[in-house]
Amino acid sequence: MSSPHLLWLLSGVGGILVLASILGEILRQRLSPDGTNPVIENLNARIAAWWVMVILLAIAFLAGKTGVVLLFALCSFAALREFLTLTTHNRGDHWSLVACFFLVLPLQYYFVLIDWYGMYAVFVPVYVFLLLPVLSALRGSTKDFLVRVSETQWALMICVYCISHVPALLYLQIPGFEGRNVILIAYLIFVVQLSDVMQYVWGKLLGRTKIAPTLSPSKTWEGFIGGSLTAIAVGTSLWWMTPFTMAQAAGMCLILTLMGFFGGLVMSAIKRDRGVKDWGHLIAGHGGFIDRLDSVIFAAPIFFHVTRYYWSLT
Amino acid sequence: MSLRVRSLAASLTGQAISVFARFMTAPRAIWQGIEPVPRQRVYFANHSSNGDFVLLWTVLPPNLRRQTRPVAALDYWLKSPLRAFIGREVFNAVLIDRRPEARVADPVAQMVEALDQHASLILFPEGQRNSSDAVLLPFKSGLYHLAKSQPEVDLVPVWIANLNKVMPKGEIIPVPLICTLTFGAPLHLSADEAKDAFLARASSALLALAPGNPA
Repeated sequence: MSSPHLLWLLSGVGGILVLASILGEILRQRLSPDGTNPVIENLNARIAAWWVMVILLAIAFLAGKTGVVLLFALCSFAALREFLTLTTHNRGDHWSLVACFFLVLPLQYYFVLIDWYGMYAVFVPVYVFLLLPVLSALRGSTKDFLVRVSETQWALMICVYCISHVPALLYLQIPGFEGRNVILIAYLIFVVQLSDVMQYVWGKLLGRTKIAPTLSPSKTWEGFIGGSLTAIAVGTSLWWMTPFTMAQAAGMCLILTLMGFFGGLVMSAIKRDRGVKDWGHLIAGHGGFIDRLDSVIFAAPIFFHVTRYYWSLT
Repeated sequence: MSLRVRSLAASLTGQAISVFARFMTAPRAIWQGIEPVPRQRVYFANHSSNGDFVLLWTVLPPNLRRQTRPVAALDYWLKSPLRAFIGREVFNAVLIDRRPEARVADPVAQMVEALDQHASLILFPEGQRNSSDAVLLPFKSGLYHLAKSQPEVDLVPVWIANLNKVMPKGEIIPVPLICTLTFGAPLHLSADEAKDAFLARASSALLALAPGNPA
């Protein structure tokens, strides 16, 4: 599944990470020689985690379609574990929660793997939406029933349905782009995450005006505009490896950065409501899987459908 | 030879149980009142699930894990050969008999003997799984007797959160949810502290670690 463009993109990301690692080390020696500056320590932890994430993604790309589907199924599992830890449920929901992990999640990714679009596009929003509450209803507990089933459905939409649209990109049939679909995934993740990182960098350098003070103290207009423009500029300059023209690529990048930003905003609101700072703790420096994936979660389905509608034969 | 095979099997089974526990609960240890250093300790925790000691054992660093033995009920762990293998050989549990009429050894004496051999212990002072609505059941007196006979050993409260939702009593299949284990500051018996006063202090020290309670 490798293509020369993918290798170039991965080498480019590798180069950025080498640069970031060197910069992080210089900053550490200057500002935090005894490891006590939390911002610098967090920055270096983030860079180290990026290495791991990029290497895992590269391995999955090499392993082919099954590898990519499996990697994102595991991400879904970890994200769902984080999400359902914070939602409302009681003992009457035990079977529906078990079904979320061991039935809904594997089936959704199986449908993606066998390229059954008609099923994976409606499985969670139609079949699961209607059938899963039945399991909770049969157990007879009505306390907070609507809250419980709604939050469980939300967890599945965010953590399983949306994330599964990333590997689904592998199955689009774009004339003249055969065998290179993995670029779509790399491009989606690269633009969205670059936008996240650059919003963090611009925000730290120039951030003054908070966008939503009650939601997140770190989201500023300066960071958002600087980060998005940087990601759009870099993403547009890579148009030649995508199925898009330069103008189309710019439009796609605008969609990706906007949706990514919205994802961060909405998921922050949920964290605020539940009184937690991070979704989890497994990705050092970043928090949980959802903390790192929130922007991809919102961007992936839209990117998938716009690409499918305008460029794909299926 | 067969002894070595058994001990290898025990070690691998321990690893497998630990990996499974991590997969289901992604356990997070918060060392709030104490550091994970090799000192002799009695970790005492709330007990709401059969997986409690497995999770506590799993989040200990490997060098501490090797010298830490759970205190568990003999009537439960000797019921089948598989349980006996897991209880005795995998976790090296100190098996105590909860039935005074049937017991041949005194539980406190067994625990003190393990401490004399420099082991650390995992203890559930409620004495049974808590499936009631109360957050914590009243403590049995074993913890006090240990504190009295081994005053230099750290008694470390550990609150295990969420595991009862992973596997509620009566369910067969666990549901994956994140669990946290909060390690508090160590307790010791004060000079001329009475039994009830000490147990109440230990109980409130443990309760203070529960999420939602001010630390």
